[in-house]
Amino acid sequence: MTSPLESLVLFYLGPVPITLAVVTTWGIMIILITGAFLLTRQLDLTATKRQAALELLVDTIDNQIRETSGAEPAPYRGFIGSLFLFILIANWSSLVPGIEPPTAQLETDAALATLVFLSVIWFGIRGSGVRGYLRSFAAPNPVMIPLNMIESVTRAFSMFVRLFGNVMSGVFVIGIVASLAGLLVPIPLMALDLLTGLVQAYIFAVLAMVFITSAVEDGAHHSKHKPPHSPN
Amino acid sequence: MEYLNLASIICAAFAVAFGAIGPALAEGRAVAAAMDAIARQPEAANTISRTLFVGLAMIETTAIYCLVIALLLLFANPLLG
Repeated sequence: MTSPLESLVLFYLGPVPITLAVVTTWGIMIILITGAFLLTRQLDLTATKRQAALELLVDTIDNQIRETSGAEPAPYRGFIGSLFLFILIANWSSLVPGIEPPTAQLETDAALATLVFLSVIWFGIRGSGVRGYLRSFAAPNPVMIPLNMIESVTRAFSMFVRLFGNVMSGVFVIGIVASLAGLLVPIPLMALDLLTGLVQAYIFAVLAMVFITSAVEDGAHHSKHKPPHSPN
Repeated sequence: MEYLNLASIICAAFAVAFGAIGPALAEGRAVAAAMDAIARQPEAANTISRTLFVGLAMIETTAIYCLVIALLLLFANPLLG
């Protein structure tokens, strides 16, 4: 049985090994970008069916952002929406025969979690300035500075391991069952995997939003209010 | 060398087995509490189930950590070289 921690190298681009996950990621990026370009080319006030479906999607993402953070969704829509759509399509890409979801590899998830880690810093600084963001580490009092610094790393790490573990375990279990029982038996597990993929994409996006919100709000009201509950 | 292999396999099984107990109990409690809350206040079902999903994912992470540790022991054990 092949190890789920290793990745399959397809070819070398100079000294850089290009793995299957990277190629799949490129494919998903091409699909997302061309899809977004084609769907938004002819926007009209009287919505066509295509545009109505698109607006429904954007509206749903906006609503989720608003309910999670209580802030206006406009600054976060691009990042959170792209995260959600990319992870969702990546998780469901296992439906295509011969393709493994890139999120079942360590590298993709590490990259996504790093993006979230950096965006928390970015939005925190943009919301309340460098001083305000740095001061948010001293909330509720300066004793917490080392703990808050560790927390900002560990929560990115836990997002990384959570996404990797969930998607990889699904792929792994399906692989084991398919090698044992062959034809139709893995299908219920694959259906369960679709649900897990959707929930994990949703949770990744919501958690990113929660962390960004807590950084922004901590910086803004660190002395007035208790910091909002931020799960880890 | 063989003892190290054996110990790794047994420890991986134990990590998954015992690592699943805590999250299973915790998820049961969380779902029970959410059901209770939805039964009392059906109009808040949307918010409750959203928070429930996020919370369940948090709890599940502990089990996933154990799974990752088990896979590290089996496939990428640093002691076995």
